[in-house]
Parts: sequence; structure tokens; C-alpha cells
Amino acid sequence: MKTSKIIMIVAALLPTALFFLPMWTIQLSAPQYPEPLGMEIFITKIAGEKDGDLQNINLMNHYVGMKEIPEHIPEFEFFPWIVGGMIVLGVVFGLIGNRLLFLLWFWIASILGCLGMYDFYQWEYDYGTSLDPKAAIKFMDEAGQLITYQPPLIGTQTILNFEATSLPAIGAYILFLGMALSIVAYWVGRYEAGHKFPPL
Amino acid sequence: MKKTVFSITAFAISAAMLVGCGGAKKEGGKKGALSGSNAEKVYVAPGEHDEFYAFISGGFSGQLAVYGLPSGRLFKVIPIFSQDAEKAYGYNEETKPMLETSYGFVPWDDAHHPDLSQTKGEIDGRWCFINGNNTPRIARVDLKTFETAEILEIPNSAGNHSSSFVTENTEYVVAGTRFSVPVPQRDMPISEYKGNFKGALSFISVGNEGEMDLSFQILMPGFDYDLAHPGRGASHGWFFFTTYNSEEANSLLEVNASQNDKDFIAAINWKKAEEYIAAGKFTTVPAEYAHNVYSDRTHSATSTMKKEVRVLNPADCPGLVYFLPTPKSPHGCDVDPSGEYIVGNGKLSANLTVHSFTKMLDAIKNEKFDGEAYGIPILKFEDVLAGTVVQPGLGPLHTEFDDKGNAYTTFFISSEVVKWKLGTWEVLDRKPTYYSVGHLMIPGGNSQKPWGKYLVAMNKITKDRYLPTGPELCQSAQLYDISGDKMELLSDFPTIGEPHYAAACPADLIAPNQTKIYKLEDNQHPYVAKSEKETKVVREGNVVHVYMTMIRSHFAPDNIEGIKVGDKVYFHVTNLEQDYDVPHGFAMIGANNSELLIMPGQTETLFWEPKQVGVWPMYCTDFCSALHQEMQGYVRVSPAGSSTALSWSLDGE
Repeated sequence: MKTSKIIMIVAALLPTALFFLPMWTIQLSAPQYPEPLGMEIFITKIAGEKDGDLQNINLMNHYVGMKEIPEHIPEFEFFPWIVGGMIVLGVVFGLIGNRLLFLLWFWIASILGCLGMYDFYQWEYDYGTSLDPKAAIKFMDEAGQLITYQPPLIGTQTILNFEATSLPAIGAYILFLGMALSIVAYWVGRYEAGHKFPPL
Repeated sequence: MKKTVFSITAFAISAAMLVGCGGAKKEGGKKGALSGSNAEKVYVAPGEHDEFYAFISGGFSGQLAVYGLPSGRLFKVIPIFSQDAEKAYGYNEETKPMLETSYGFVPWDDAHHPDLSQTKGEIDGRWCFINGNNTPRIARVDLKTFETAEILEIPNSAGNHSSSFVTENTEYVVAGTRFSVPVPQRDMPISEYKGNFKGALSFISVGNEGEMDLSFQILMPGFDYDLAHPGRGASHGWFFFTTYNSEEANSLLEVNASQNDKDFIAAINWKKAEEYIAAGKFTTVPAEYAHNVYSDRTHSATSTMKKEVRVLNPADCPGLVYFLPTPKSPHGCDVDPSGEYIVGNGKLSANLTVHSFTKMLDAIKNEKFDGEAYGIPILKFEDVLAGTVVQPGLGPLHTEFDDKGNAYTTFFISSEVVKWKLGTWEVLDRKPTYYSVGHLMIPGGNSQKPWGKYLVAMNKITKDRYLPTGPELCQSAQLYDISGDKMELLSDFPTIGEPHYAAACPADLIAPNQTKIYKLEDNQHPYVAKSEKETKVVREGNVVHVYMTMIRSHFAPDNIEGIKVGDKVYFHVTNLEQDYDVPHGFAMIGANNSELLIMPGQTETLFWEPKQVGVWPMYCTDFCSALHQEMQGYVRVSPAGSSTALSWSLDGE
């Protein structure tokens, strides 16, 4: 089998990791939490980094009227199918061996990734801004507006006494590696087809 | 770099103290202040941890205090033998059985000698044992939770003083009686003490999970058995007890028990005892003693009464016990890390006597006996003597050892610690203590591997060492640096009760194993409510069980109606938290016992008898959260016979 096909099949199989490993992590540290609280987002669930972390995040958040972290969201129904579909599609493209299909797979994965990030942002926005009007603690900003608690999409942000850090987790990095490999497969395919030097 | 900054800070602080104090009055104080490095040695920077855990007996408080060394900071007072209203120990329904004895509920004792469990002669950081002196008991503290896990009463014993010391693989924790008594107890004239009273030495086996079982007792002559230590290394399998009152006096002991030129160290061959037990040479005698066990699963203790004990009589068991003559009324009985030297601290003697284990075995082999007492061979003094430390001080009480072949002995009367060399018996150094030191402790002191860095002297008299607090003063400990040739006094720190012995070990043997929370899913308390949905109030006649939960920042339920005057109400309160260091408290107005202080995942029960009609509040006592002050509720109490229906709610639901 051609090297490019093998690389493409490997690239397509790497996202399998998302079924076992978290794709995103949000960590919360505070003076009272020298050991940060953390939540890990999988394609099928949201879990605490340690036992009790989700309960403790919910306990902190309920004072300002934030909703509990959902045990189930509709995305958990179809995310596994999308990821599974991409794996199958990638393997099929790999077997066909057309390097343009490799590029196509990369672009589909990128678009789906962006959609996923947009979905994540939507959830974060709702999570941080839909507050219970009966909340015990209501903080106003300088303009007299109610402070909201949306965690950062990526990076670190201070929210009251907490420092929230939102970053891709190991599953996402493996997905990125798979996507990068699909580009490599494309280049290698070009090379195998007689193009001397992969163009930039 | 970090260390350097801390060092500079510490130096600056000590320098500032020197200027601020304008020169300390006392010798010890002056030296400490002049030498900046001493302040640095005990300074543990904010947020940093101490190098050693020290478990210092709470003496007549009945408890055990946990300190850090070198800082001398107090971390916890673990309730052992005395009720503690702060932690509801002995007040809540779960821990009341811990203080049951054959005499009924005994809510106090006199705690003396803590000792840490060992494996292969080295401290392993699993458990700390400590004895109750007055109503003879041995307790085991679990060092994962720093809670009392087990208490075993010792029958046929009175003044459980030569206790609790562990053998080098924690095969046994050993307990000896100070008072000899009639065994079994009976009505007889006190004047017939001599020859009739007996002293029981108890060997308590320790299982893999720490569980204690009174394996056998050796019924000794009617002396006072003062202190003990195990053999180790070559002498593993032996146990050594000091005795006084070999005169067998029963009155004015301060004179009548001080007549004999020499008393004894009793050497017990407990491996031999095991052989005799296996061969059936024991008699089983009736006894009554409580065995109390606390479970981290049910968060409750049980108390069972045991009914008999196996007894060995030394006269019937040749080779079991030998007496080593030791001048005069020896107090501490200390064995060096190699197991070769047995130090008898003759408290009324001018010299310190050291016996040799090798010589002892030789004397036994060659039957170099000097008579016998009640069938127990007395070895010839000269044939077992390893050496004498000549005139080291006045009133020797206790000896500990470092890892460089040195011994350190406390002298009560001359109020000092004296360092001397094992083998050459020469005195190397002496330092005053403030004042009248009793026990001393070197981390790992009762093991093959002492950490010869610090020495803690536990003093009996405090006088002017601290700001005065009326007639009753704190007790005082002193920390010495013993890493150099000369001892250096580093600091004073106050201690609770009257600390007798102490035990210490490096923090890394204990700190990494700590339980942080109890898992709610593992909670097997019979009255647990694992979620707010499971809360309820159940009436059985005039007994009412409230299944209650607590979480930041409310109780569920927090409104209860239908309770009547004359009811017996049990609040079974479960802390639903699963977060480190988030306990909640529970207090009920007019409760005739204490608060509850409930750790995450734990259930505790407060008993309450409402006596007056009205609406009575309850609240959380531990400042748990920003809305702690809102964590409160009400119980409506109606007249006896009222028809108010039983109801409970949280936020109207």
C-alpha cells in the first residue's frame, strides 16, 4: 500500500481517542482552592477532574445563580455519530487513495471543529449569563450592570475570586494531530504522484 | 534561592526580636536570642510544612496532641479517653460506645505514653497507640484519619502505666500494671498485700488492619511495674519492664517502697510465652473488659464485653521471666537502637545503670543466679551490667537515643538533659531544662532508626516561662537541636494536659496517606440520607428520627413541625459535601450534650429532648461558606398530646 494511504488511514483513526479522552478542560482555582477544581468535556459526557469536582463547582456557582453543569446535553447524542462518521469517511478516503479526498477530509473536519467551538461558545454564554433572578449574590459592574460569569473560550480569565482556564485537552490534541497528518498524507500523495517538491 | 530569602527573612525577624526584647533575662532565652540561627532553625515559613509530626500525650486531659517539629505548632487535639464537645466525641450517639468500660461509661482518663507502629524495627506511620492510666485502656489512633479507631480495656490491671509500647513488627502492643491488685479482684484486707497481690503484664496482638486482641497476660509478683520498652534487633522477642516497690509495701510507699538497695528490671521472653501458649500452659480466667471499635464505613462505634483472658504464671513457665537487679526504684526502661543496652533509670540512684543483653543471655545460659523471687530467677547484678554512667545528675527518669551511638537522659531533680556515650559511659554534654523535665523524645526514639536531629524535653514545672495565666499554667516543652556535638536549646512551646511521653516521625511517613473526605457512596450509617430526596422524619412512639442533610449553605429539611414535648428526637445529620475541608456543624438550642462537627460524607447523630413548647432554632456552627449565617432552621415543638401533624420541608417543598 502507498505510504500516503497508510498515513491517511492512521490520521482518520486517531480521533477514536475522543471516545476515551476529554477534548476540553476548564480549571478553576481560587485562594480557597489551591488544588484547582476542574471539569473535563468529552463527546459523551462532562466529568469532574477529581471525584466531587462537578458538585463543588455547582456549589460555588449556585450562590451567583448559575445553572448546574448538565449531566446530559443533546450534543452527547450526535457527537459520537459525527466523530464516528468522520473516522469511517477518513478510512474510506484513505482506501480510495485520492489525495484531494484527503484535503476534503481535512476541510470537513475543520468546519465541524469550528461548528463545535461555536456550539461550545453558545453553551458557555448561556451557562455564564442565564442567571437565577433569586441568586443570593448579585455583583454589579461599574456601569451598574449585573456581572456575568461566562468562562473564556480559550485561555485564562479572572471571574470574581476564581481564575478560570479553558484549554483543549488530550483528546483534542490527538484530533489536531490526525488533521495535520491528513495534510501530510496529501503532500506525500503529491510526492508519490511525481511532484518533486511539495508546494507551500 | 527561595531558601535564601527565607533565611534572610528569619534572620531579620530574629534580629528584630533581639532589639525589641532588649535582651532576655534567662540563660536559655538569652542564648536563643543572641544566636540568630536558632530562630531560623524553628522558623517554618507561612505555607511551608514542618519536617516531623510529633504526637505528644495530653496527660490528664485524656487526649493526644499533634504538633509539628521544629515549629512547635499545634495542629490537632485528638480526643481519645475524654469527651470532647467540640468534636462531639463521647457526646454523639456514634462515639458514645468508645468510652464504654466494664465500669460503665467512663468519660475521662489519664493518657500517658504514645507509641507509633513499626515494621522491621522502623516507624511505619500507620497507627499511634496510647494508654489510659486510670481505668486501664489502650487506644489505637488511625493515622489516615487522625481519629481514635479502637479502645481495648485491660482487665486485672490498675494504673496502666508501663504501656503502651509496640514490638518491632507491631506484633504486640504491651501494657503493664503499675498497681498490683488481687487477681481476680476480691474483698480482702489491704494489709495482706504481700504475696497475694499480683501485677499483670498484658500482650495485645495487633492485626493487619490494626485490630487489637488481648492475647495473654503474665501474672507477675506484686511489685509496681513502672515503664517498659521492647527488645529490638538481637533482643527482638524480649520485653523489659522496670519495677519498684519490690518491698511490696501497701502504705506510705514514698518511704516503704524506697528501702531496697535494688529493685528489678523484669526481662520477659515473649517468644517463649507464645510457645507456652501454643503448648496450652495457660489458664483461662474469667474477666470482664470492653472492646470498642469505630468504623469509617458506618461512622459508628460498637462496644462488646469480653469475658475471659489467658494467663501465664511465670513459676510454671521456666525461661519466661528473669529479674535484672537495678538500683534504685528505676523509672524509665529504655533500650538502645541496636537492642544491646537496657538502661535502668534508677530515679533515687546517683548513677545510671546499663545492662547488656548479650551478658544477660550468657548469665541465663550459665545460670548465674542470685536467688529467686516467687519462682523467677534473679540474675547476678555484676554479670548483666554493661556499665555505669557515674554521677551524671540527680533523679534520672528517661533515656532516648540518637543515630550516632549517643544517649540522652533526663534528670528531674537537677532539671537537665545529659548526653552520654553508649559503651564508654562518658558524659559528653549537659543542658538545663525549664523546669524539672520528665520524659524526653527523639523522633524514632523507640525504634532501630532514630532521627537524631531534634530532642523534645517535656517539663513538669513551668513557673515563669510564659506570660502568667493565674495559678494554673500550661505545661511546657523544649526543643533542642542535637545534630551537633553540643545540644542547643532552640525554643519553648506550650503543651496541653501534662505530657508524659511523645512519639514523632518524619511527616512524609504520614502526610501522603491522609483521608481528605469520606466518600458518600461508601457511607453505611443506618440512618444516612445520601441526598436531599432521602431526607425524612419518622416517628416511632415518642422517638423521632430526623434524617437530615447539610450542604453549602442549608439543611434539608430546615422546617420541622409535629415534634412534641417529651419526645426523644435523634437528628441523624449527613454532610453531603465531597470537598476537602468543608465540615459543617450542627447545634440545637437547649441540647444537653454538644454540637456535632461533621466531616464531608459523614453522618452523626445528636440526641435532643425538647422540654418547652415553642419554635426552636438550629444552626451550622462551622463557618462553612459565604452564606454560613443563613444556614439555619426551625423545629416547632407542640405540647405533649397535641395533634400537630409531623411535617418537614425545605423552601416550602
